[in-house]
Amino acid sequence: MYPITTAHYIGLSAALLLIGTVGVLTRRNIVIILMSIELILNAVNINLVAFSAALHNLSGQIFAIFIITDAVAEAAVGLGILIALFRNKETVLADEVDLLKW
Amino acid sequence: MLTPELTQAIFFYIFAVMVLGGALLTITRRNAVHSALFLIVSLMGVAGLYLLQQAEFLFAVQIVLYIGGIMVLFLFVIMLVNVDEAAKQKQFNGQWWIALACVALVGVQVFWFVSKGSGAFKIAQPGALPPPSALGNTEQLADVLFSEYLLPFEVASILLLVAVVGSVVMAKKRI
Repeated sequence: MYPITTAHYIGLSAALLLIGTVGVLTRRNIVIILMSIELILNAVNINLVAFSAALHNLSGQIFAIFIITDAVAEAAVGLGILIALFRNKETVLADEVDLLKW
Repeated sequence: MLTPELTQAIFFYIFAVMVLGGALLTITRRNAVHSALFLIVSLMGVAGLYLLQQAEFLFAVQIVLYIGGIMVLFLFVIMLVNVDEAAKQKQFNGQWWIALACVALVGVQVFWFVSKGSGAFKIAQPGALPPPSALGNTEQLADVLFSEYLLPFEVASILLLVAVVGSVVMAKKRI
C-alpha cells in the first residue's frame, strides 16, 4: 500500500478516466457531459505530473499547463454553444438534439 | 510513527478518495448544480495531488483557474439554462452497454499490465536529480516555458483568443 509510487498515480488516473468516459457516454444532460470531459482532462494531468515528478523533468508540468489551457478554451466554447442551443431548441438534453440524425 | 512516506501515503489516499468520490457523485447526481459542486471537490483533490508531487504552480493554477474560473462559468451557465425541466426527465440514455464495454476494455488492459508487473512497461530512465537550486517550482517552470516552449506558449495564447471570440459569437443573440 505504501510508499506511494508512480503506479498508484497511474491507477488513480485510469479510474478517473473511466468515470469520465462513463459520464460522457451515459448522461443526457449536456452540462454534465462537459463536466465529464473536464474529469477526463484532469486524469491526463495527473499522469503528466506523476511522470514529471518520477523522471525529474519539468516538461510534464509544462504540458499540464497547456492541457489546462485547452480545457479552458473547450469549456468556454462548449458552454457558448450550449447557450445558443438552448436559445434555439429549449433543451439541454443531448439526445433531443437530433437535427443531423438520419 | 509518522515517517514522511506514511504521511505521504495518508494524504494520497485522502486525496484519491476526494477525487474518485467527487467524480462518481458528479456523474450520478440528478441536479446539475449538485454535480458542479461535487466536481469542485474532485478538482480540489487533484490540486492536492499536485501539491503532493511538489508541483506548487500547478496547484495554484488548478485552484485559481479550474475552481475559480471554469466552475464559476459552469454555474453561471447552469443558472442561465433551464435545468429544472431537465432534472425531471430521464437522466441516462440507453448506452449502458457501450459504456460497460469501454470500462471492461480498459479494466482488462490495466489488470493485464498489473499482473505482468513493471517488466511490461518501458519507461524512460529518470534523469539525474537536478542540483538543488534556490529557485522554486514556479521560477523553474517559467525558465523552461519561456525558453524551450516559447512557440507553443504563443500558439496557446492564439488558441485562447480564438476561444474568447468564438464563445462570445456563440452566446450573443445578435452580432
